[in-house]
Amino acid sequence: MGWILVTSATVILFLQNYPLYIRSVPTENELKFHYMVHTSLDVVDEKISAMGKALVDQRELYLGLLYPTEDYKVYGYVTNSKVKFVMVVDSSNTALRDNEIRSMFRKLHNSYTDVMCNPFYNPGDRIQSRAFDGMVTSMMIQVC
Amino acid sequence: MSPTQWDFPVELCCRPMAFVTLTGLDVVYNAVHRAVWDAFCANRRADRVPISFKVLPGDHEYPKCRPKRTSYEWYIPKGILKTGWMNKHLNLVPALVVVFYELDWDEPQWKEKQSECATRVEIVRQSLQGRNTKVAVVLIQKKTPLPPGEDVVASERAAALCNACELSGKSLFVLPHTDHLVGYIIRLENAFYEHAQTYYYTEIRRVKSHKEFLNKTTHQLLFVRHQFKIAFFSELKQDTQNALKNYRTAYNLVHELRAHETNILEIKTMAGFINYKICRLCFQHNTPLDAIAQFRKHIDLCKKKIGSAELSFEHAAWMSKQFQAFGDLFDEAIKLGLTAIQTQNPGFYYQQAAYYAQERKQLTKTLCNHEASVAHPSPDPLETQTGVLDFYGQRPWRQGILSFDLSDPEKEKVGILAIQMKERSVVHSEIIITLLSNAVAQFKKYKCPRMKSHLMVQMGEEYYYAKDYTKALKLLDYVMCDYRSEGWWTLLTSILTTALKCSYLMAQLKDYITYSLELLGRASTLKDDQKSRIEKNLINVLMNESPAPEPDCDILAVKTAQKLWADRISLAGSNLFTIGVQDFVPFVQCKAKFHAPSFHVDVPVQFDIYLKADCPHPIRFSKLCVSFNNQEYNQFCVIEEASKASDVLENLTQGKMCLVPGKTRKFLFKFVAKTEDVGKKIEITSLDLVLGSEAGRCVILNWQGGGGDAASTQEALQAARSFKRRPRLPDSELHWDSIVIQASTMIISRVPNISVHLRHDPPALTNEMYCLVVTVQSHEKTCIRDVKLTAGLKPGQDANLTQKTHVTLHGTEPCDESYPALLTDIPVGDLHPGEQLEKMLYVRCGTVGSRMFLVYVSYLINTTIEEKEIVCKCHKDETVTIETVFPFDVAVKFVSTKFEHLERVYADIPFLLMTDLLSASPWALTIVSSELQLAPSMTPVDQLESQVDNVVLRTSESASECFCLRCPSVGNVEGGVATGHYIISWKRTSAMDDIPVISTVITLPHVIVENIPLHVNADLPSFGRVRESLPVKYHLQNKTDLVQDVEISVEPSDAFMFSGLKQIRLRILPGAEQEMLYNFYPLMAGCQPLPSLNINLLRFPNVTNQLLRRFIPTSIFVKPQGRLMDDASIVAA
Repeated sequence: MGWILVTSATVILFLQNYPLYIRSVPTENELKFHYMVHTSLDVVDEKISAMGKALVDQRELYLGLLYPTEDYKVYGYVTNSKVKFVMVVDSSNTALRDNEIRSMFRKLHNSYTDVMCNPFYNPGDRIQSRAFDGMVTSMMIQVC
Repeated sequence: MSPTQWDFPVELCCRPMAFVTLTGLDVVYNAVHRAVWDAFCANRRADRVPISFKVLPGDHEYPKCRPKRTSYEWYIPKGILKTGWMNKHLNLVPALVVVFYELDWDEPQWKEKQSECATRVEIVRQSLQGRNTKVAVVLIQKKTPLPPGEDVVASERAAALCNACELSGKSLFVLPHTDHLVGYIIRLENAFYEHAQTYYYTEIRRVKSHKEFLNKTTHQLLFVRHQFKIAFFSELKQDTQNALKNYRTAYNLVHELRAHETNILEIKTMAGFINYKICRLCFQHNTPLDAIAQFRKHIDLCKKKIGSAELSFEHAAWMSKQFQAFGDLFDEAIKLGLTAIQTQNPGFYYQQAAYYAQERKQLTKTLCNHEASVAHPSPDPLETQTGVLDFYGQRPWRQGILSFDLSDPEKEKVGILAIQMKERSVVHSEIIITLLSNAVAQFKKYKCPRMKSHLMVQMGEEYYYAKDYTKALKLLDYVMCDYRSEGWWTLLTSILTTALKCSYLMAQLKDYITYSLELLGRASTLKDDQKSRIEKNLINVLMNESPAPEPDCDILAVKTAQKLWADRISLAGSNLFTIGVQDFVPFVQCKAKFHAPSFHVDVPVQFDIYLKADCPHPIRFSKLCVSFNNQEYNQFCVIEEASKASDVLENLTQGKMCLVPGKTRKFLFKFVAKTEDVGKKIEITSLDLVLGSEAGRCVILNWQGGGGDAASTQEALQAARSFKRRPRLPDSELHWDSIVIQASTMIISRVPNISVHLRHDPPALTNEMYCLVVTVQSHEKTCIRDVKLTAGLKPGQDANLTQKTHVTLHGTEPCDESYPALLTDIPVGDLHPGEQLEKMLYVRCGTVGSRMFLVYVSYLINTTIEEKEIVCKCHKDETVTIETVFPFDVAVKFVSTKFEHLERVYADIPFLLMTDLLSASPWALTIVSSELQLAPSMTPVDQLESQVDNVVLRTSESASECFCLRCPSVGNVEGGVATGHYIISWKRTSAMDDIPVISTVITLPHVIVENIPLHVNADLPSFGRVRESLPVKYHLQNKTDLVQDVEISVEPSDAFMFSGLKQIRLRILPGAEQEMLYNFYPLMAGCQPLPSLNINLLRFPNVTNQLLRRFIPTSIFVKPQGRLMDDASIVAA
């Protein structure tokens, strides 16, 4: 699972590499971001397989910068249950440093956990939660 | 591809090498010269010095050197770097000119030759007027020279020659034309290389010396130029460290130049060149991170320097080239051993290059969309007098003009127009596709499958723009499944939309239909209006009409496509398309479900086919058929409606053959399984749904197995996990997700309606003919035929059991090894309703233990299902586990005649064999007879007749027999002597008379036989009476071949008085017997100990008295004196 966030950005979560939640601001050229997140999974996969040997509790969930493009930076995060979060931000936005990104991922992870705790949510279904939406929106506003 | 404006010049990209010209060589007609030249230029491997050689005539004119400037005060440079400069120093102006001359030291006409040589050198010097180029002379000699210092003439003449040619001694070389030519050439080369390095060193010094004359206001360009030249000369000198340093300085200087719209192209061009050189050298020095850092800096500095907006496509082209060139450098370095990683590989640079190439295309489209009437300006402002530019990166129509103000705006406009017109003719797609395919190749190498797919989509789209629809479709089709399998429906929809356009424009019917099917499906994220448009087109196509064009297609291409579609209609080609749908997500979903996992052969097999359409409008189908692994059933499972082609249009929601969006339709199928298929699996191998009719076009949607497509497995999984409550639906409707595919069923035989009973008396006894009574009763309504019985040991048990179990139908004869363990297919005949039959089976079990027995009854019966008469084979089986036990336990023991237990017997002395039969059977046994078969070593003492004939033994009763035997001396036998066999013939008491008697043979134990030197036995009455004389006779028998001395004494007893010898010593001859007679007179009644006889064998001290006393009685029963009988007994005494 994963998600993207562009300055004015996008979020997704996936299980088995299909998107559970995807959101992007601006909405035009959305397809480009979808492709970007999809291709970033190559790096996520590679990083996860490299991590595989490390002990589970010692593992850092934040994967860091996945790969830089000319205009965007793609960051990744993977939970212990292999839910991937991907965030895309405008590379001109220098206010967002590693620490900010990391804490944003934490927030997302918490919010995602809340979604999972909902007994009516079926793991693997696309996320349709007002609380989650609201959290993502607030995060995007903060980033812009 | 021919080099374009944006490609780097060859002289920039090559590795600079010192340039040396060779003169005086006639390589065409002179074999010796040819050999020398070949040695210079052949096999130039990496270990040889980097020099580029060229053969020129002695009087060759080198480029003229311009007069040296003494002051730069009034000099204003016209540009940064002249286009010819690099080439000039690589290929035109040599660092060293070598004059070859054939002259031996002992040349008779020395003076003439020497002056000719001097002339040649002079001519070369003339043409190099003003340059610092070195000159060297090589004398080609026929003789091998003597070691230095020994040839006085040579050193004299050499000095003279140097003088005449004004050469230093270091510039004169001798090349003996001998066998070791290559060795001499390599030494010469190294000497040349040193000269060349000195030359380039002085050149660097010369350029540096200009610096002090320059000022920063007017000579900014010269700073860059000089720095570049120094770096380039350093490279020629092979001093790459200094070259890199100077290039870096030059790079910084370029960016210090004042930039303006008029010179931005020149600055960027030079920056690009210098950046290329820096990156190249960094890779060469194996510092790839420096190269990447430099490149990033370069891109960041230049990204925003777009220049004239009207020519912004030039900037994109330049950017694209920068990335591509860096990618090439990176790739080249990898080929030379550098390792790249997933997130830092040349692919990213190619990808970015492709991105800028796409941007260039976009910009060209908007900036160069001139009317057709606008002609290329004449005279062409892009033409120059020489055909080339003087300086890199300048505009042809205003070369060398440095002013930022445009002196002639009109001319500028025409120039820009000309550039725009020229840009229009560039085939952008070709550039983009090349770059993308480069990137694809890289990403494939570095484990980025998704990036690769993404780039292939872009390639496909680019082919679509380039109107190469076949290639576009091929690429898109290739990657579609990746996106489908990962469930990225938005991306898949976008790819499908492009693919649909391609197939429309090519009028590829099958592809068009396939993509439409998927775009209408549930995986498509298209809006409903788009979906209904596509559905309408699809229906048109099915009716053999042309579909409406796809939106946003090129108008010309649409016209061509319409013609193609029209041709398709008129051509009576194949109008039947079979599309396998399990690999994609079509708009009709299908599931097949058998009602049960198995069916009895006498009931019809039933299954449902569920169909659901996801398209926006109802759709009709013309046929639904099912294929099975046994194709004979296919004919029974077809739904067909003879409909006219026009019916497809009518939106009949009522029709049977119409699928309403979102509603699940169920079709029930029923067929009668064949009796041959009993025990087999019936599987649905495929489902075919036919859309359209044969009059128009037919599309067969083919599902493999029981339906389901690329997305349905995941959906089923999610549905299974879900706790969501489904809304209640009317009874006839079903939730699609709740339907589970069941694509196969088993055909099992009809339920038998007979009863099978087994009657028997367990447990079975070993080796007996155990009787098993099988009762079969028919409860069928009609007569059953061909009843067959299979009975016996159930197969699949321990193999040893098969050997030791035998079954027969005839109990009267005992069965042996040849009888089988299982009797198969015993015909029993027919049975009428209610009739009952009984069959007896006899089983003989050779070993104890439990066994499973199987009784299997099969029969045939005629039944009718669905008005069809079939013959069913039914069967019923019963299994029973039977325990086998020993009928009795036999214990055998040896005892002495005194019934004392014997561990060994003594030769020739009688003993008793006692058998003890303990019944272990729960049923009464009759011992018919018993027999003792003695081994040859044993002899009976009396008659061996059976004592237990016709004895009946109940559970845990026992029967004993006793035989008196004697064993003659046999010597010392290891393990004892065989006794023989004991045979018991027996049967169950309840068994019928004709049941054979079973003989159980028991092997008797071996017995140890020992010899004894003296045998004693006593003759005495069975009882005594108080005060009546009791005569006792002892027999002492010598069993040895020796004369024996025996001491005998009788100990007195309280109970007896006696007469006879009290103590005696006597001799017994071999084999002889001595009798001792005593008269005992009992005094007390009861069981009284006799006076004990002590025997001492003097020759055999180890044969003790104890041993011998075992043969004679130790006590006797004494009866009291009876009153009535008194007189009689006195008389008798």
